[in-house]
Amino acid sequence: MNRPQAVVLAAPGTNRDHDVSFALELAGATPRIVLLAELLADPTLLRGAQLLVAAGGFSYADALGAGRMWSLELSHGVGDELTAFVAAGKPVVGICNGFQVLTRTGLLPGSLGHNDSGHFQCEWVRLEAPASRCVWTTGLDDIECPVAHGEGRYVHPDLASLEAAGQVALRYAGHNPNGSQGDVAGVCDPTGVVLGLMPHPENHVLARQHPRRGRGATGGLGLPLFEQGVRHARGV
Amino acid sequence: MADAHALGLTAVTAVEVADVVFFADDLPHDHLAELEAVLVDPLLQTGTWDVPTEGIETALLPGVTDPAATAIQLAMRTVGLPDVAVATGRLFDVRGDLTQVERQAIARRLLANQVIERWAPAPIEPHFIDAAATADRTVDHVTVTTLDDDALQALSRERGLSLDLAELHAIAAHYRGVGREPTDVELETLAQTWSEHCSHKTFRARITTPDGEQITPLLKQLRDCTDRIAAPFVKSAFVGNAGIVTYSPGTTLAVKAETHNHPSAIEPFGGSNTGVGGVIRDVMGAAHHPIAVTDILCFGPTDLPADRLPEGVLHPRLIESGVIAGVADYGNKIGLPNVAGAVLYDPGYIANPLVYAGCIGVADDVPELPGPQPGDLVVVIGGRTGRDGLRGATFSSATMDATTGDVAGASVQIGDPIVEKLVIDAMAECHGLYSAVTDCGAGGLSSAVGEMAEGVGADVDVTLAPLKYPGLRPWEIWLSEAQERMVFAVPPATWPQMQAVCAKHGVEAVSLGTFTGDGLLRVRAGDLTVLELDTHFLHDGRPQRSMTAVLPQPDRTEVPMPPCAMPAQMLLMLLAHPNISSKERVVRRYDHEIRGATVVRPLVGAHHDGHADGVVLAEPGDRHGIAVGIGVNPWFGLLDPERMAHSVIDEAIRNVVAVGADPDLVSLLDNFSWGDPRRETTLGELVMAVQGCCDAALEHAAPFVSGKDSLNNEYLGSDGQRHAVPPTLVITAMAHVPDADVVVTPDLKRAGNALVQVGDTRTEFGGSHYSMVRGVPGGVVPAPVANVHERYRRLHAALRTGRVAACHDLSEGGLAVALAEMAIGGRLGVEIDRVPHPDLVTGLYAESNGRFVCELAPDDLPWFAEAVGDVTVIGFVTEEPTFVAPGIELALEQLVEAFTGGAR
Repeated sequence: MNRPQAVVLAAPGTNRDHDVSFALELAGATPRIVLLAELLADPTLLRGAQLLVAAGGFSYADALGAGRMWSLELSHGVGDELTAFVAAGKPVVGICNGFQVLTRTGLLPGSLGHNDSGHFQCEWVRLEAPASRCVWTTGLDDIECPVAHGEGRYVHPDLASLEAAGQVALRYAGHNPNGSQGDVAGVCDPTGVVLGLMPHPENHVLARQHPRRGRGATGGLGLPLFEQGVRHARGV
Repeated sequence: MADAHALGLTAVTAVEVADVVFFADDLPHDHLAELEAVLVDPLLQTGTWDVPTEGIETALLPGVTDPAATAIQLAMRTVGLPDVAVATGRLFDVRGDLTQVERQAIARRLLANQVIERWAPAPIEPHFIDAAATADRTVDHVTVTTLDDDALQALSRERGLSLDLAELHAIAAHYRGVGREPTDVELETLAQTWSEHCSHKTFRARITTPDGEQITPLLKQLRDCTDRIAAPFVKSAFVGNAGIVTYSPGTTLAVKAETHNHPSAIEPFGGSNTGVGGVIRDVMGAAHHPIAVTDILCFGPTDLPADRLPEGVLHPRLIESGVIAGVADYGNKIGLPNVAGAVLYDPGYIANPLVYAGCIGVADDVPELPGPQPGDLVVVIGGRTGRDGLRGATFSSATMDATTGDVAGASVQIGDPIVEKLVIDAMAECHGLYSAVTDCGAGGLSSAVGEMAEGVGADVDVTLAPLKYPGLRPWEIWLSEAQERMVFAVPPATWPQMQAVCAKHGVEAVSLGTFTGDGLLRVRAGDLTVLELDTHFLHDGRPQRSMTAVLPQPDRTEVPMPPCAMPAQMLLMLLAHPNISSKERVVRRYDHEIRGATVVRPLVGAHHDGHADGVVLAEPGDRHGIAVGIGVNPWFGLLDPERMAHSVIDEAIRNVVAVGADPDLVSLLDNFSWGDPRRETTLGELVMAVQGCCDAALEHAAPFVSGKDSLNNEYLGSDGQRHAVPPTLVITAMAHVPDADVVVTPDLKRAGNALVQVGDTRTEFGGSHYSMVRGVPGGVVPAPVANVHERYRRLHAALRTGRVAACHDLSEGGLAVALAEMAIGGRLGVEIDRVPHPDLVTGLYAESNGRFVCELAPDDLPWFAEAVGDVTVIGFVTEEPTFVAPGIELALEQLVEAFTGGAR
C-alpha cells in the first residue's frame, strides 16, 4: 500500500514533532519534519504532501498568547498554499499548540483560553468521538491519552450550531481537564478534513505507553486516529 | 489574593491583572487597529489604548530580558508594521479597603519582584532599550600588589570577589612577578574560576581534625571510591560537564544534577527556571541529547506566620509557587519530561530554599572528542550576551543577608527555553563538526573558554559576541551569565558547515577567536588586550585550602519508642504530613508524557494518584530502559550525617530496584547542600557524610559518576543569627532496566493476594517522621544493613519473573505509611495480621533501611520466600476498602482524604 507523504510542521518551540512523526510512521505515512522557516522560504513544499500536521509545543514561547505568532507567520507567509491544500481535501491536523494555531489562522472555529486551573496541567484523559463530519475521528473507539497544556479551554460563541454542523470531533468523556465548553476536546472545519485537538494521541500509540498497563488496562490507543487520517490521505 | 491574605493583608477582596504593552512612539490609527488584532483575541480578551491612571503598574528593570517585547516586535514586522521600541509590564487593580502603606506593601512584596521589576502607581514610565548606546571599552587596572591584608580583604568585599586572604596573597604575588597590576577583567576572571562554585575549594581542601588526624580531600575520596569499584559501564566520571555511562551496546547516557539555591531564594521563578536550563546545558556540554529532567525542592513551611519571616526573605509560599512555576516553565517549553523528584518542607529552608535540577541525555557510543586543537575557532552559539547573571558564581559562594536581594539583583539570570531548544536541535546535526564543547554556566565565557583553553591557550575578542543591548564593558561581556549559550572548538574546515546548520535552526553562531597552543589566555576588546593570563596559574595557582573539621559523635544507642495511644490517628497524621502527603498538585504541573518514553510515571495506580518509587524510561520500541530514583533525608542528616548518607544511597537504590532495575547496573550522583564549611562542626558533618557515601557506594558497587556541592547555604539575619540549611545530600540513582515490559509499581493489584515485608525492622526512630509528628527528639538514625546488596539482587531476580504484583520501598513513615500508599494507589484494602517486630510502634513506624513490601499470589509465597529471603508474611489485600492492622481500623477514604488533603 502506498505511504502518503506527511509534512510535520515545526515552528521555533514546537516540541512534539518527533512524537507525532513516530505515530504517523506507525500509521503508514512517510513523515518529514519541516521547519517553519523552510516552508516560508518555499511555500510550494506543501504541494508534494498529502497530509499536514501542525505539531504541539510552545511556538515562540507563546509570548503573544498560544500559537499567535506562528499563525501570523502562516497566514502572512503561506496562506494561499494552505488554503489550496485544504481545498484539495488533503487532511490536516493541529495538535495542542497546532490546534491553537489553526483556530487563530481561521481554519478552525472557536478559540482556546487558559485552563480553569490557571496553569499548565499534564494528565491522562478519555476521549469519545461523537458522530461528526470529521474524516479523522468518525467511528473511532474511545481514546485514552495525555493532555499537556495551559491554554486548552475551548470556547465558541455558538457551540450549538457548531454541533449541528457536525464539527465537534472529540469530547472529553468523564473528566474535563480544562473547563472546555461542552467538554469539547477537538473540532473540525466545515469540510471535515481539518482537525484540531488539545490532547496528545501521538503519546499513546503503543500498548506499553498506557499508564495502567500494569493493572491489566488495554486498548484506548490513539493510533487509529492517525491511521484514519492516513487512509483519507491515500484517497486524495 | 491568597498570597496577600497569607501576609496578613486580609482586607484585599480582589486583584485584577492586565498585561501592558508600551510603545516608544505614537502609532497612527490604522496601525493601532492592526496591532490590536494581533494582540487581542476577541473571544477571550479585551484591549484598550487608554493610559491607566489608577492601580499599580510594574515594568522590568533596565537590562532585564523582555521576551514578550521581542515577540511583539517580530509580530509587527510580520504583519508589515514599522519598527518601534516596545516594552511590557502589568497593571494590577487591587480591590479592598486598604491604606496607602498596605497597597505599597502588596506591590513591594507580591506584585513586583524588585530583583527584576519596578513598580509605581499607574502610569509607570517604561524603560526602552537604548539601541543608540555606544560600546563601552573601559578597562580599569586594580591595585593589588601593594595592598596590605586589610586592604586586600576590603577589595574582595567591595567587588564581591568572595576570595580569602591566602588566595588574595597568591594573586598579589603573581602580579608582583608579572610586574603590573591586574585588569578588572583578570581579577573578576580569577574570582570566578577560584570561586567555591567553580573550583570546589572545600572538597579539594586539606582537612585535619583538632587531634591532628589527616583527612583525605573529600573529592579525592569520592573519586577513589569510583576507581575502586571500577565498574565496566562507566565511560567518564567526575570530568567534564556530566557523568557518562553505558548500559546497552552502542548507546551512552549522560547524567548530571545541579543546585540553583541562591538565585531561587531571591527570584524563585528565574532562579529555578535557569537552574533547569543550566543542568540541561551540562548534558549538552557532554555532547549528549537531553531526554529527561528531574527536580528536588526544599522549602520552608508554607503556613509560616508572616511575623516569623526573617527580614529581606521571601515568604516560603511565594518561593514555592515561583520555583515550581519556573521548573515547569523551562521543562515544559523545552519539551523534556520531568520524571523524578521530591518536595521537602522544613523550617531550616525558610531563608535558604534548595533547588536541585537534574538532566539525563543519550548519545551514540562514539569515540571521545579530542579536545580543542591549536587553530580551532572559539565558537559561541545560542543566546545573546547581556548583563544578566553577573558574578553568579561568586554570589552563590557567599552567605546571604537582608540586603542580598538588592545587591545581587544582577546575579539573576532570565531563561529562554525556546532558544535552548533550538540549540539542542542544531547540535543534533553538528556531530563530527567540532573537537570540543562546553556550556556557558557560572562565570560565563570566562569559565567556559578558560576551561577549554587550559593547557592550549586561546585568543578571543569579546566585542565580537552578539549583545542583547549595547553598552556592556569588556569584563561584563566576559563574565556575563546570560543563558542558553554553548562554546565549541571548531576546526576552520568544518566551521562553514556548522554555521549553515545553526542558521537553518535560527541559532546565532559567532567565532570570537582561536585556540592558540601557546598556553596563554588572551582576551581583547578589539585590539585592546584586557586579559592575559597563564592558564596554569588560572587553574592551578589557587593555594589549596587548609581547614579544620570537628567530627560529630552521634548517639547510636537504640531507645525504644513509648507505646502509641492512637495508632490509627498517627497514621492519618503521617499521611497528611507535608513531606509524605500527595505531591500531585506539583507533579501535574510538569509534562511527564512528552517523548512517549515514560513507562513508569511519577504518579501511578487506579486513579493515577499514588507515588511511584522510581520512574522508568524506555524509548518507544526499545526493550531495555533506565530507572531513576532519588534519596534524600535532611532529618537523618541533622542527627547522624554518616548514617544519613548511607541511608539515602540505600533509599535511592531501593527506589530503582523496586521498579525493576538491576542493582548491579547503578550509577550515582551526589549533590550536597550544606552550611558554611568554615564552621568546624559543619565541615565535620560534611566529612562524615562523604564517609557514609563511600561506604554505601562500595557496599553496592554503585559508582559516583558526577556530583556537585553547594556550600554556604546560610542566611545572616538582621537579628545577627545565622540560619543554615540542614545537611541535605540528594542522591540520584540511574540504573539499567533489562526489560521495560516487566516493570513493577507499588499500587495494590488484586484482592486475595498476600503481602510480605522483605527485610528486618529495628528500633530506629532518629529523624523519623513518626518522631517528628510525636515531637520526640533524638533517637538513632537507621544503620546500614549487612549484605543488603545480595538481598536486592535476589529481589530483582524475583521481580524479573513478572510474578510480583506490586513492590514498594519502605522509607518515610515506615511500614504503615508504605501499606497505606499501596492501598491508596490500588484503591484496595489491606488486612495486616502480623507486624514483623515484637514492638507494634517499631514494626509500623520505624524507618530501618533495606526494606520493601511486596504483593504476591498466595501460591507464589513459598517460591518468593525461598528466592528472596528475609521475608515475613504480614497480611493480604482485601476487596473491602479498609485498612486493618493491629490497633488500626480505617476506611480507605480516610487514608485518601489525609494523603490528598481532600484535594480530589
